[in-house]
Amino acid sequence: MENRLKVLRAMRDWSQSDLAEKIEVSRQSVNAIETGRYDPSLPLAFRIAEVFDLPIEEIFVSPTRRSSKAI
Amino acid sequence: MSKSPAQRRYVRRVLIAMLGYMATLFLAEYLIDQHGLTGPLAWLVALLPGLCVASVFWAIGRLLIEETDEYLRTLLVRQMLVATGLTMVVATIYGFLENYRLVGHIDAFYLTILFFAGLGVGAAVNKLTIGDSSC
Repeated sequence: MENRLKVLRAMRDWSQSDLAEKIEVSRQSVNAIETGRYDPSLPLAFRIAEVFDLPIEEIFVSPTRRSSKAI
Repeated sequence: MSKSPAQRRYVRRVLIAMLGYMATLFLAEYLIDQHGLTGPLAWLVALLPGLCVASVFWAIGRLLIEETDEYLRTLLVRQMLVATGLTMVVATIYGFLENYRLVGHIDAFYLTILFFAGLGVGAAVNKLTIGDSSC
């Protein structure tokens, strides 16, 4: 799933390890989510949103909304 | 890459299981093969190496339960699916070949070795398809 994790991290000057520590997962997981290789579960997506203090949809791009825009 | 606490516990459990396996295997070889132990005690001694290896499956199960990182859990599940699929395919095909006497008999515990090799194949599949592997 497309997301703005990298940009949001950069804005806060957080490394992948910093974010991993905040959401209590491995750096490997943060990397996989950030690069779109893994879609987080809803609880983890909420945790990420809470850490950034943003709604989920401002972090993750809805695949359906994205495809309907493409049409 | 650093291991998660659950992965470290898994490695420790597997090491203990393997040490137990080696000790009980030597014991079984010594008592049954060399000294002709028979009866209920022979059954007990013969069961021990198998139980030690089987405890590795318990360790894998515990890893799945104790791993709090959902991504690492996903990698492990995928790895196990590959290992299970590979083992079942080989067991099924070999079973038919053996049934028609086209190949010789192989002891069932070799399937366990195949499953463990399958975990290695599963890790490689994860690396190739997702770009990561767990443990």
